[in-house]
Amino acid sequence: MLSIPMEYYLVLSALMFTVGVAGVLIRRNAIVVFMSIELMLNSANLTFVTFSSYLGNSIGQIFVFFVMTVAAAEAAVGLAIIIAIFRNKLSVNIDEINIFKW
Amino acid sequence: MNIEIILFLILGLVAAISSVMMITRKNAVISAVFLVLNFFALAGLYLLLNAQFIAVVQVIVYAGAIMVLFLFVLMLLNTEAEHKLFIDKKGIKFFAIFIAAFVFIEIAFLIFKGSPSKNLSPEQVASINSGTIETIGQQLYTNYIIPFEVSGFLLLAATIGALVLAKKKFE
Repeated sequence: MLSIPMEYYLVLSALMFTVGVAGVLIRRNAIVVFMSIELMLNSANLTFVTFSSYLGNSIGQIFVFFVMTVAAAEAAVGLAIIIAIFRNKLSVNIDEINIFKW
Repeated sequence: MNIEIILFLILGLVAAISSVMMITRKNAVISAVFLVLNFFALAGLYLLLNAQFIAVVQVIVYAGAIMVLFLFVLMLLNTEAEHKLFIDKKGIKFFAIFIAAFVFIEIAFLIFKGSPSKNLSPEQVASINSGTIETIGQQLYTNYIIPFEVSGFLLLAATIGALVLAKKKFE
């Protein structure tokens, strides 16, 4: 049924995770950094679903369900925090949010 | 060539290219639209992997709910496009790309070195029922009922937290 080697999916997932890492390191807009984090969560989900399908075990997909729940909660709270910071500083540039910088 | 491989190549290319486009566009709204495209490609890949439930939830929750939230916040804040997409210090940019490439090469090396598909038995590969809504629902409401309830509580807490944080006046 699944005629593609499992490694293809895993390498695609690794590529997406890496792009997410690069996005967090390169971008300055806090919302885009947040979207890169969502990309990394999704690549982890792809790995879970790949192993779940190839091993014939549905527990990986249940874990993906919980990851999605946590990602939704994280997006809501994180965006609320970004709005609060924007009210205070009138900017979402993470270079200007440096109050904790030593 | 088998149709599954063709579909995988198309969807995989769309997912990879849209993720790269997402982090390289200056306008945050265009980044968000490319992320939505990436989520749709991922949903197609989940269908290829026989994970129907996850594919549908991916479209509804990620492409529907979460990205609408992102676009709403982008609209509310109305920030200008980043003038300098890459940090003006060139060294940091190259260092970031170097770190990312290193992480990718490391993971890919581990994947091919471990070659997990060699250890699969044919009956495991043949199993097709692992992703149906019936299987997942049965597991979710029997063995995983406590995590399910806890995740409901987490969503309630996140709702209240988001309301309080967004309402509060600072200074």
